[in-house]
Amino acid sequence: MFSIERWQEIFETISKNKLRTFLTGVSVASGIFILVLLLGVGQGMQNGIAKEFEGDSTSSIWVWTRTTSVEYKGLNPGRRINLTNEDYAFINKSNESTLEHSSSRARRWGILVTYGKESGSYGIEGIYPDFQVIENEEMVSGRYVNQNDIDEQNKVAVIGNKIKRDLFKKDEEAVGEYIEINGIPFKVIGVYSDKAGEREEDRVFIPSPIAQQIFGLGPNINGLAFSLAPEENFETAVQKSEQFVEAMTTYLKAKHIIAPEDDRAIGVNNNLENAKRFYNLIFMIKAFFWWVGICTIIAGIVGVSNIMLIIVKERTKEIGIRKAIGAQPASIIGLILQEAIFVTALAGFVGLILGLALLEFAGPLVQTEFILNPSVDFNVALTTVFILIFAGALAGFFPAWRAVRIKPIVALRDE
Amino acid sequence: MIEIKDLHKSYQMGSNSLHVLKGIDFSVKEGELVSIMGSSGSGKSTLLNILGMLDEADSGSYFLDGMPIKNLNEKVAAKYRNKFLGFIFQSFNLITYKSALDNVAMPLYYQGVKRKERLEKALHYLSKVGLADWASHLPNELSGGQKQRVAIARALASEPKVLLADEPTGALDTKTSYEVMELIQGINDEGKTILIVTHEPDIANMTKRIVNLKDGVIIDDTLVEQVKAVAHV
Repeated sequence: MFSIERWQEIFETISKNKLRTFLTGVSVASGIFILVLLLGVGQGMQNGIAKEFEGDSTSSIWVWTRTTSVEYKGLNPGRRINLTNEDYAFINKSNESTLEHSSSRARRWGILVTYGKESGSYGIEGIYPDFQVIENEEMVSGRYVNQNDIDEQNKVAVIGNKIKRDLFKKDEEAVGEYIEINGIPFKVIGVYSDKAGEREEDRVFIPSPIAQQIFGLGPNINGLAFSLAPEENFETAVQKSEQFVEAMTTYLKAKHIIAPEDDRAIGVNNNLENAKRFYNLIFMIKAFFWWVGICTIIAGIVGVSNIMLIIVKERTKEIGIRKAIGAQPASIIGLILQEAIFVTALAGFVGLILGLALLEFAGPLVQTEFILNPSVDFNVALTTVFILIFAGALAGFFPAWRAVRIKPIVALRDE
Repeated sequence: MIEIKDLHKSYQMGSNSLHVLKGIDFSVKEGELVSIMGSSGSGKSTLLNILGMLDEADSGSYFLDGMPIKNLNEKVAAKYRNKFLGFIFQSFNLITYKSALDNVAMPLYYQGVKRKERLEKALHYLSKVGLADWASHLPNELSGGQKQRVAIARALASEPKVLLADEPTGALDTKTSYEVMELIQGINDEGKTILIVTHEPDIANMTKRIVNLKDGVIIDDTLVEQVKAVAHV
């Protein structure tokens, strides 16, 4: 199998039959190439979505209240639940290690905001400084609400890009100007933009205590927003967030006398859980890519088998000649198989390397949020190459075996 | 060198069997140049194939250089063919993608001769048939006569005991045929045993003994006065 003489013979055959070798090679190389690309893109999609959902803002948990739907401890259903500052403080305190950012939300919609002669109605939201990170607001100019504003109850406002465009002239500086909310003057300290676009940029953020004051909410708040400390492992992050949500709702239900089975009174949106759903989707996509890839490989195997059959058929006479001048059957089978294995292996690795190279160089150029660092598990690709080589050898073996069993005199007559 | 006793061979053609060889007794001594003649269907090619271990007889005995040739498996048959026999075919049967030199070197490859030695030996035999200058040419760049010379060089390369030629001049014109026969006679003069199957009387007359086959039996086996091919070239 490893004699130099045999290899010389094979290289001679290959160099004299370039087209045949080339076609076999292309069929194998393209199969592996496509598989590597598919697997790479699948991995890239997973990476991309993972990044979208592992960012701080997307690990956020949002809580809001509605009316109860179940009678509990003598209280009628349909009761409006109101969260309070006390709830917010307690959750913060009891989950200090898990929470990274937290803010309460005291908000009203459709509040008239005026600046000079311009006016519009927007949502006003009383928040804490952490809210900027949870909601992932980017400052266009100025700054966000800070702890000092909360402590000193400053009447300051952070307005959205859209509001700025609505109320201010094009080149006018908004920061430092005063706007009126419900007739009360607020100093604009910053302008923010939101990745989600205009629909998220029509809100005014003011310090939470001020909002509670001007809307007469007392200690009541409308909702809560949290983000959890990042975890190394995505699964752990999902698990921790679920634990937190479970503990929090249990507490809130006990506190506000809500039936444990009442899922309506307190609404929770856990973005990590949504992310998990996306992960499942990605898993399906990857499974699909695998399926397509495997089909490609099967097509490649059929192609190789086909070419091997033709090669053996074409070489029947040559086999007869070789037998007549003293070639042993095993030597002929070995010659054909070794050539097939050599060509498949070489082409397989060429396809593998081309695929990997394309992923390596073109991967970073892909300008979409959904595909990030497309890459492929080298071992998986290598295994595929070996499967293909094995299949090629098997496909070559049977026709070669049959050809060798033909009597040399019959093979010689073959034209 | 060759000893054959009561050799029978029949082929199955569908439901009826065709009895091709009906008891051949035949022997060839070392150094003989024998032609086997007969019309088509007389069984001469079948006899040659059996002698060449390319086909197997149904019954009868066959000794080649004192060795019984019977129930050989493929492996042993291949070994014996390589060691004892050199083949020359009507259609040359050169490997089309190999140069003349590589074609001649092929039997040596299967004898396990190293490449360098193989090519040296092959070149020696190629020059013996007068084609040393054509060593690197592919078969389709050679004329029919040249192809047959390459085939003869190939048959000689393995230094066999017996050369078997199946209609070696069948695909050649008269002049080239005589040139090839001259070469064959020269090889025979050096002591090589050669068997030629032919249906051309002039070719048969250039051998030393003519065996006539008809309907599967030998009807005539006579020594003849050899006509030297060189006179006709």
